[in-house]
Amino acid sequence: MSKVKTARPNFVSTTNACKLCTPLGASLAFRGVEGGIPFLHGSQGCATYMRRYIISHFREPVDIASSALGEKNAIYGGGPNLKKGILNVMKKYEPKLVGVATTCLTETIGDDVPMYFNEFFKEFGDLDLPELVRVSTPSYNGTHTDGWHGAVRSMVEQLCVEDHADTGRVNILPNMVSCEDIRHLRDICDHFGIEATILPDISETLDGPALEDYVKIPEGGTPISEIKAMSGARATIEFGRCLPRETGGTSLETRFGVENHRIGLPMGLRESDRFFEVLESVSGNPMPRRYELERGRLVDAYVDGHKYIFGKRAVVYGEEDLVVGLCAFLSEIGVDVVLAGTGSRGKGLEGAIAQVTHGTARVAPEVREAVDFHDIAAEAETLAPDLVVGHSKGYRYAREWNVPLVRVGFPIHDRFGGQRLLHLGYKGTQALFDRVVNAVIEKKQADSSIGYGYI
Amino acid sequence: MTVKIADILEERRDQIHRTGEGAIDIACNRESLAGAVSQRACVFCGSRVVLYPIADALHLVHGPIGCAVYTWDIRGSLSSGPELHRLSFSTDLQETDVIFGGEKKLEAALDELIDRHSPKAAFVYSTCIVGLIGDDMEAVCRKMTEKKGIPVLPVMSEGFKGNKRAGYEAACKAMFRLIGEGDTSGISPVSVNIFGDFNLAGEIWIIREYFERMGVQVVANVTGDGRVNDIARCHGAALNLVQCSGSTMDLAKMMKEKYGIPFQRVSYLGIEDMADSLYRVADFFKDKDPSIVERTQALVRDELQKLMPELARYRKDLEGKKVAMYVGGSFKAFSLVKAFRHLGMKVVVVGSQTGTKEDYAELAEITDPGTVIIDDANPLELSHFIKEKDVDVFVGGVKERPIAFKLGVGFCDHNHERKEALEGFTGMLNFAREIHASAMSPVWQFAPRRANRIRAARKEAVNE
Repeated sequence: MSKVKTARPNFVSTTNACKLCTPLGASLAFRGVEGGIPFLHGSQGCATYMRRYIISHFREPVDIASSALGEKNAIYGGGPNLKKGILNVMKKYEPKLVGVATTCLTETIGDDVPMYFNEFFKEFGDLDLPELVRVSTPSYNGTHTDGWHGAVRSMVEQLCVEDHADTGRVNILPNMVSCEDIRHLRDICDHFGIEATILPDISETLDGPALEDYVKIPEGGTPISEIKAMSGARATIEFGRCLPRETGGTSLETRFGVENHRIGLPMGLRESDRFFEVLESVSGNPMPRRYELERGRLVDAYVDGHKYIFGKRAVVYGEEDLVVGLCAFLSEIGVDVVLAGTGSRGKGLEGAIAQVTHGTARVAPEVREAVDFHDIAAEAETLAPDLVVGHSKGYRYAREWNVPLVRVGFPIHDRFGGQRLLHLGYKGTQALFDRVVNAVIEKKQADSSIGYGYI
Repeated sequence: MTVKIADILEERRDQIHRTGEGAIDIACNRESLAGAVSQRACVFCGSRVVLYPIADALHLVHGPIGCAVYTWDIRGSLSSGPELHRLSFSTDLQETDVIFGGEKKLEAALDELIDRHSPKAAFVYSTCIVGLIGDDMEAVCRKMTEKKGIPVLPVMSEGFKGNKRAGYEAACKAMFRLIGEGDTSGISPVSVNIFGDFNLAGEIWIIREYFERMGVQVVANVTGDGRVNDIARCHGAALNLVQCSGSTMDLAKMMKEKYGIPFQRVSYLGIEDMADSLYRVADFFKDKDPSIVERTQALVRDELQKLMPELARYRKDLEGKKVAMYVGGSFKAFSLVKAFRHLGMKVVVVGSQTGTKEDYAELAEITDPGTVIIDDANPLELSHFIKEKDVDVFVGGVKERPIAFKLGVGFCDHNHERKEALEGFTGMLNFAREIHASAMSPVWQFAPRRANRIRAARKEAVNE
C-alpha cells in the first residue's frame, strides 16, 4: 500500500509549485456570477498578476478590481481604499455583485472586511448598491481550490439567507471545471428536465462570444436571484470527494434542509454513473436515451482501445478533485497511476483515490499532497512513467522524460482551447479517452523506426 | 484639458492628454486608483522583470506561493547557457511562518537550493507579507553569503511600497552590490555594457552581433542572457548603453557616479533608432578606433539593403492603418511610433504604465495632432479609445490582448512574453511581418464590429 506524505520531509523550499494562491480561486468563482466582478483587497500587483494568469488560459478579458493598497494603507488600514474602490467599480462597471477576496497583505494587517462592509452600507446605503460578498483568502493558507470553495460557500451563505418557497430546482456546485464542462452539465440537466442552478457558471463569462462592443461584465453567470433561491431547491449536487467539511452544499442542508449529494467529479464510467443515478433520483426521470447511447459508445471505445494503453504508467497531478476523477478514469481503462499529486494539503486525497479506484486499480499509486514539481520529478525518476496527465505546467518534465503530456484542468498555457476541454460525464470521459489513446499511439509512431501508418 | 467621457473616472482625467490640445501637463507616477482595474502590477513585479533573465543566479521569492508561481517562466528571455532563471523558487510561506516569522525557513530554503543548484549568486525577493512580518532579509542574506561563498542579495521589493518603478530601483540596487566584485582584465577600451535589454526571443544576440561587426566588445548583458560574473566585472567597460531606461537608468547613474562610466540612451527598435544607436556608439569610440565609423556605416547599409525591399511589400498593404499601443515603459513607445511610420501606419493612441512627465512630453512632440496619450490606463479606457480611434492594430502585453481581440482588432505582443525577436534590422522585418499578419487576416471581417459595418455599407449600397 502507498503511504501519504503530506509534510514533505525532504524539501523546505518550493520549486515550480503545483498550486496557485487562494485569491485566484475566489476570483474565478466570482466571475461565474451574473453581473459579478472580482475585487481583490490588497496591493495592485495581486489583481494584475492573477488577471494575466487567467487570461492566458481563457483568452478572455478578465477584469479584476483591486483596492490598490500602498504603503500608507498597509500601516493605517485598507478600509478607505476598499470603499473607494467599490464605489469606483460601481461607477464604471455597474456590477450586480462585487466579490471581495482578501490577500495576504490585508489578512496580515488585520483588515476587518465585514466591518468595512457595514460602514459602507451606512455611508452609501442611499445608493443603488450591488450585492457585496466577502471571502477570507489569505494566500499563505490553502491553495486556489480553497479560494474557489470558500467563495462559493460565501456566496451561498451571504446571498441565500431566507427560506425560499419550493422552486423545484436542483443546485449544482460543479467544482473547478472547464467552461465546456459547465455547458455540458446544463445540457444534461435540460435533457433530464431539471432546472439547475449551477454555481458558479463560468461557461459564458469566461468563454464569451465575439461582440460588437467591449462588455464591461460579460453576460451569463449564475443569476443572483437563483442564488438567493437556492434554499428552495429540491436538492444540491456538489462535485468533489476532497471538499472542505463545510461547503455551500452543506450550508444549504444545515440551514434549510436541502438534501446535499456529495459525489466525485463525474469522470470515468463509474463516477459518471453515480452522477446520472443522482440525476435520475432527484428528477424522478429515467436516463434519457442519448446518455444511454453515450455510455454505450464509451464502453465500446474502452473495449476498442484497451490494448493500446493497458499497463501504461501515468503520473497525474493538479487540483485534488480533478486528480481523484482522473484516477477513477485511468484505473478503469487499465492505466496504472503510479503517482498522484496535488499542491493542496490535508484533503484526504489518498482515501478518495482508494474509493474511486476500488476494484479497478491494479496498483495503488504513490499519493502525495503538498507536492511541487520538484517532488514529482524526484519520485518520477524511479517510477518511470509512460504518460503524464495534468495541466500545462508539467510540460517541461514530460519533455524531459520524453513522454506525452495529456493536458487537463487549469491552467492550459501552452495549448489552445483549454477552456473548451470537456472532462465530465460520458461524453467528457470519451473525449479524454480518445486523447489518452491517441497520445500513446502518437508516441509509438514517433519512436518507431518504421513509421506505421496503420495502427 | 479634460475629456468628458463616461468610461473615464473623474480622478483619472488628468492622466489623459490629446496631442495638439494645449500644453501637455499629464499626471503620472502616482498610485493606481482603487477600483480602476489598472494594468499595472507592483514593486515585486518591477524587480522581478529586471533581474529575472540573469540565468546563472538563483531567484528565490520569499513569500506565499502566488508571487512566485505567477512569475514562473512567463518571459521570452532566452539564455545561451544555464537556465536556472526559468525555474520558480519560493519559500511558500504558511500561516505559521507568518506568525512566527519566516527567517528560519528562508535560511533553510537558501541552504537547500544553493546546494542543489550551485548558482553563481542568489537574489532573494521580498514580497508584501515579508515587509509586514519584518523578516530581516538583509541579515539572512549576509549570513548565507558567508556560509555559501556566493553573493546572496536581498531585493527589497515589497509589493505595496510603490509601483513597478520602485521595483526597478530595488533591482538596480541589488545588482549594484555585485558590480565591482569581478576582475576587469582583458576588457577592451572599445567596450560596452548592454543595459535594459532582456533577450526576448534572442534579441540581444542580434544586437551583440552588430557590435561585434563594429569591433565593440560587449562586457555584460544586463540583464538578458545575463551572467553574474559578467555583471560583477562590468565596471571595466567604457560605456553603458541603456535601452529600457525605466528599468536600468538607475544602475547606469550609480555606475557613472561611482566608476565614472558614461551612458547613452539607445533603442534597438525600428530602423532609425537602431541605426542611430549604432552610429552614436561609433561616434563615442571613434577617437579610440577611427575605422569604427566606416564599419558601422557599412553594417547599416548592408542591413538596410536587405531590409527595405521586403518592408516595402508589407507597407503596400499597411499604408494608412491605425495603431494604438499600451506599453510598460514609455521609451519603447518612441521607437514604435517611428517604426510604424516606416510601415505607413499612424499611431493614434499611446500609453504606458510608468511613463514620466518628460516621456509624455516627448510623445506629444513626436505624435500627430489628436493622438491620445494616456498614463496608467485600464480596460475600459483602452477599449474606449480603440473604438473612438477605430484602430486596426493594438500593441501591448498579454492583459491587453483580449481587449483588442474582443473588439475585433489585430494585436501584436510587444511585451515580456513575446516569442518573436523584434529588435534590430532583422527584428524590424519580423515586426513588419507580425503587424501585417495581425492587420491583414481575413478574420476581422467576421468580428462583429467590422462585420456589422460591412453589412451596413452593403445595405446602403443596395438602397442607393
